[in-house]
Amino acid sequence: MTKFAETVLNGLALGSVYALIALGFVVIFKASGVMNFAHGSILLLGGWTVTATHQAVGFPLAVLCGALAAGAAAGLLHALAARGLRGAEAPVLTILTIGVDLLLVTALNARIGPDFLSTGDPWGDAVARFGGVAVTQSRLAGIVVSVLLIGGVFALFRWSRWGLSMRAAAADQEAAALMGIRLHRVRLAAWCLAGALAAVAAVFLAAFPAPGLDRTTGQIALAAFPAAILGGMDSAVGALAGSLVIGLSSALAAGYQEQLSGLGTGLADVAPYLVMVLVLLVRPNGLFGSKELSRV
Amino acid sequence: MSPPTPPTGTLRIDRLQVTYGRAVQALRGVSLEVPAGEITAVLGSNGAGKSTLLRALSGTLALHRGVLDSGGVTLDGVPLTGDPAKAVAAGVVQVPEGRRVFADLTVEENLRAGGLGLGRRSAAGRRAAQERVFALLPVLAERRRQAAGLMSGGEQQMLALGRALMAEPRVLLLDEPSLGLAPMMVERIAGIVQRINAAGTTVLLVEQNAAVALRIAHRASVLENGLVRLTGSAEELAGNDEIRRLYLGAGESGPELVGPHRAKLGRWVG
Repeated sequence: MTKFAETVLNGLALGSVYALIALGFVVIFKASGVMNFAHGSILLLGGWTVTATHQAVGFPLAVLCGALAAGAAAGLLHALAARGLRGAEAPVLTILTIGVDLLLVTALNARIGPDFLSTGDPWGDAVARFGGVAVTQSRLAGIVVSVLLIGGVFALFRWSRWGLSMRAAAADQEAAALMGIRLHRVRLAAWCLAGALAAVAAVFLAAFPAPGLDRTTGQIALAAFPAAILGGMDSAVGALAGSLVIGLSSALAAGYQEQLSGLGTGLADVAPYLVMVLVLLVRPNGLFGSKELSRV
Repeated sequence: MSPPTPPTGTLRIDRLQVTYGRAVQALRGVSLEVPAGEITAVLGSNGAGKSTLLRALSGTLALHRGVLDSGGVTLDGVPLTGDPAKAVAAGVVQVPEGRRVFADLTVEENLRAGGLGLGRRSAAGRRAAQERVFALLPVLAERRRQAAGLMSGGEQQMLALGRALMAEPRVLLLDEPSLGLAPMMVERIAGIVQRINAAGTTVLLVEQNAAVALRIAHRASVLENGLVRLTGSAEELAGNDEIRRLYLGAGESGPELVGPHRAKLGRWVG
């Protein structure tokens, strides 16, 4: 029972960090119709910025720097794509993000090298205990910070001018333009926000029990990709639900590896994709994705 | 809607030429005056260039890959640029064809979205604008928390009008507001448009339903193949034989359909 509780807590922690990434995917997709395959490398850039600055400015400011750097990079990517390829369709831009991802990862790998870099986070390897249930402080912090940030993003969606512009533009961009909503700005803000969230996720992906930030940290963002698809690519609530499902199934597959050994080792790595395929078989639009309804 | 002070909001459209995809010339030099405080109707068949004209005014040509080749538009003498946000800020607001309300948003959120083009403003100012819309369109007040997509077509058209009014337009551009509505609802919408106009807003009304358009408009023009073919007061056009035959369904008896009119007729009706 203790083990089960620990596994579930780990799953929630993983899921909440995935949610930061998946929410970014969804926000970008809703705003621009683009699947941002460069998200992993933007996350890596944010994380690397934290590792490079924390000694000079301290951890909290370093996270801010990382969020700004990743947000700026995502915004720049959008601005360049929107300007350079004016009028290009979303699929073209999606493929462009794959190319940008390769470039950015290569550039970052040259700086990161083969090492594990510390983000200088204050939690270290400290463990919190509730009765017999042990959980690392970094994971607890991950859950708390994710909940706060995601709550903030949802509040923005619901009450801010930008959030309303964003929802209107996602629903019907021409009608939104006719209201005087500046589509370009709304999209730019969406990309920047998504980048900043990814940088925060990087900090928790690099925290204990992970040995630190390394060149593969960005690839973990790939697990958030099935989370977004599973939730229904255009639903923020879906991204949350999908992330929790993926986080829990990964953690359970890892925690009960011995009992599941009949399925081979490394199930935890495939679990996200397995769950995604199973859900999509039953619900092709994802858990909360919009169905293509048309009223004739 | 402000009290009826001396009307401002005169649109002057000067020799507009618009092409789509560098090939299809949709407007071939359209000039039109939309006088302040009046309702001007633009009639014409499908493909005559009516929607293109509105897109040129609201600055949304680019969203349809249309390009303004030459000509210009002024509002009270000030040139309008081809930017939708600037058009809204200048007071030119379009209600799109087919209503296009934000289906998943509530009625109230749709109205809030309509006011976004004005930039930041006080909660009081926004509430006052919303109260004016509710006074004109009480059904929106009753449904304020409902998702817009669940309303009937006529109610959605009212919401689309209310949403545009939230931007406090000086010139309201209406693209086929009667499209797909039951006759009774068409009459209600026509009445609402007249009340909006009576409160001092200039209206440019694009319609295929010529009977309704000519009844509420002060003046009207007929677009054909990207050119203004006829222009005059609404009464003149309503009395014009060709308009009566082609739009108002009068005198469509056998002999008049043959002969030299046949080709023209094909374009209008087909």
